[in-house]
Amino acid sequence: MTEPAADLAALAAELTARLGADAVYTDPEKLRTYECDGLTAYRVVPALVVLPSSAEDVRFVVRRCAAYGVPFVARGSGTGLSGGALPHAEGVLIVLSRLTRLVEIDLANQRAVVEPGVINLNVSRATLPDGYYYAPDPSSQQVCSIGGNVAENSGGAHCLKYGFTANHVTGLDVVLPDGELVGLGGKAVERPGYDLVGAFVGSEGTLGVTTGVTVRLLRSPEAVQTLLAGFAHTDDAGAAVSAIIAAGIVPAAVEMMDALAIEAAEAAVRCGYPAGAGAVLIVELDGPAAEVEAGFARVRQICADAGAFELRVAADDVERGLIWRGRKSAFAAVGRISPDYYVQDGVIPRTALPEVLREIGEIAERNGVRVANVFHAGDGNLHPLVLFDATQPGQTERAEEVAGAILDACIAHGGSITGEHGVGSDKKHHMPRMFSATDLDVMQLLRCAFDPEHLCNPGKVFPTPRLCGEAPGPRRGVHPLVAQGRAEMF
Amino acid sequence: MRSVAELAEAVRSAPGPFVVRGGGSKQDWGGAPDGSAYLDVADLREIVDHAAGDLVVTAQAGVRLADLQAALAGAGQWLALDPPEAGATLGGIVATAATGPRRLLYGGPRDLLIGTTFVLADGTVARAGGKVVKNVAGYDLCKLFCGSYGTLAVLAELTFRLHPLPEAGAVVVVETPTPADVGRAVAGALHSQAVASAIDYADGRVTVLIEGVEAGVGARAASMAEAIGGEIAGTVPEGFGSRPWGEGEVGIKVAAEVAAVPQVLEALRAAGATRVSGPAGVGVLYAALAAVDDVPPLREAIAGHDGSVVVLHASEEDRRRVDPWGPVAGLALMRRVKERFDPQRRLAPGRFVGGI
Repeated sequence: MTEPAADLAALAAELTARLGADAVYTDPEKLRTYECDGLTAYRVVPALVVLPSSAEDVRFVVRRCAAYGVPFVARGSGTGLSGGALPHAEGVLIVLSRLTRLVEIDLANQRAVVEPGVINLNVSRATLPDGYYYAPDPSSQQVCSIGGNVAENSGGAHCLKYGFTANHVTGLDVVLPDGELVGLGGKAVERPGYDLVGAFVGSEGTLGVTTGVTVRLLRSPEAVQTLLAGFAHTDDAGAAVSAIIAAGIVPAAVEMMDALAIEAAEAAVRCGYPAGAGAVLIVELDGPAAEVEAGFARVRQICADAGAFELRVAADDVERGLIWRGRKSAFAAVGRISPDYYVQDGVIPRTALPEVLREIGEIAERNGVRVANVFHAGDGNLHPLVLFDATQPGQTERAEEVAGAILDACIAHGGSITGEHGVGSDKKHHMPRMFSATDLDVMQLLRCAFDPEHLCNPGKVFPTPRLCGEAPGPRRGVHPLVAQGRAEMF
Repeated sequence: MRSVAELAEAVRSAPGPFVVRGGGSKQDWGGAPDGSAYLDVADLREIVDHAAGDLVVTAQAGVRLADLQAALAGAGQWLALDPPEAGATLGGIVATAATGPRRLLYGGPRDLLIGTTFVLADGTVARAGGKVVKNVAGYDLCKLFCGSYGTLAVLAELTFRLHPLPEAGAVVVVETPTPADVGRAVAGALHSQAVASAIDYADGRVTVLIEGVEAGVGARAASMAEAIGGEIAGTVPEGFGSRPWGEGEVGIKVAAEVAAVPQVLEALRAAGATRVSGPAGVGVLYAALAAVDDVPPLREAIAGHDGSVVVLHASEEDRRRVDPWGPVAGLALMRRVKERFDPQRRLAPGRFVGGI
């Protein structure tokens, strides 16, 4: 066996010969610009960065990595919030931002075929003039890539009604960790065999690298109605959400912000939300005009009955944009009211909302930090923003503790530690609180089928890697991968 | 058996390979398994938890779909799956990814199953997903198990997202004597903003379902009728959503790009299909053939449209003579998945693609 450094140098030379010097970075300064994704708390400088321009390039890179036994991590725009695209210090970072072709827009089949580096919003931009759009709309949709969306099974405000990336991808070209290229699924709604497209979406880059994605295009809705409602308290807003759902209405989106989040958004973008509100609710209905009109009247009545002191209806797209502006800027906006903040992502059953919000308030108070709450109220996906000042001794630790305690509360109420940001590097240590060791071992059976050598985005999602020869169940002694120096045990 | 623990014990102590059986309504779908032993899970029929306010239900795999729907209807909710097989259980529907006309609007089991407790071939009990709709923690084994025909794990408990029952419905029908007519009607309905729950083809006509609030369905149906040149009908045609084959016939499922529905219909005609029906709006049609030997040429005829043909109903002899699944992209990878989950090949060996 050769030394890792020698392998990497030889690999870099091979990749440069094939892809060209402008596609392979070895210069430390350039490498440093890729040291983190959207979760900047974790930083690792990769050994090598490559920027392939085609699926064949990607295949070549992966095949050479496999031959040298060098780990690799795929990355799109790097907007992920769980450190899922955190590089490997002795590995290759495969940046897919040059694979930006919209390969095919096929309106007759309501599909688009795109390369992984295509920006999410560009799909809808290309198809909206013809009356079609791509539904998953993560807040970062102006910059995030489809490939990253596939890795993370990204959602967005409108996934309450339309589902997540997994519900909108019908085909994938995947370079497997041994360099083999397989086509899974296609434009048809199904193909014989295991639903490996379904298994791959949301696997956080640990099963292979996608080089082509076939997505559904939806017909644009005939009508869209958006309401902003101001409430005195989050409990009242929560009651309104429950009543809307109980009335059999499936809104396109239901978003909630609490007083502190409103304050931040106000400071950042002057969104003009109702003054003095303890909570605001954004409810959006879309679909056939007659359906939307009837549903919207009921939503207004429900909000009024639940104690909304102000109801504002968007008259047009411009006003709708203003209503959404405060919500979509919320994460960045808390930077205006706090030097540092931590974006949490947890899920609870919707009905537990009032109780969990009270618990979050208590947790925050106990630890002496502030928490601003922004959430997709329709599906119980919370995004508490834990505010702190890293220059104050102990505050960072307390903020981390609060963020962790919030996840514990989500689990205690039967929820999840992540609704859309993924596990990545950040939450793998929380996985054992949600799943048993056996559950995690069984999941890794899938990993072993795709990546028996653990070269593809290693060290993410799972707290402990599984040696692929092992059967699920209790394990004794030092983990073999740890003994070999190929993995760290946390 | 009535509990997950008892199921696990039954799996562990099974002497050899076996097929899981719930309602027994689709035992002949797919390949003929090697061996005839089966594990009956029909007594796993407890609805464990219906969280109405959260639109989520957890039920054991042997619960019959009809029983579940009856229980949910009291809360004005339903599991948005409508496969026609009488007596079908949740486990069987998930294992075969069986769907009905409303697949167009709601998707299939893969789109609705959010969590599961299952038993591996060696008796190991594990869980994937959860009880909340939005959840990306860990691999989504739920989707892997949907349509896996019981070859990876034995499903014990299933958690689904639910939908509100639509308060009203309307039906629009258009006569479509030729394949080109069907293609035009399907395209017109898909492009309409009236939002169909189902776009179904049967017996020379396309039926479109419109469902939603009372105040909206009338206008939507009128707009849909205009879009496809059809008429508003009182109810759905008789046999709506049923499979087109009878005993002694070969029953197949054909899936292709939705715009290729006319070409698929032509190919089915050339293959001598006696009856054809199904959710044309998703590019899927079911058909009855006189002989299983008509399947391979049909596969060739539609391959260029991302088409596939799966034999669902045929004699054991037919299913051994012609591969019920046909060519499968990614088969080697699927074999590796099977090897990891069921290395001893105890779960329905021979039933799935490539003899998995």
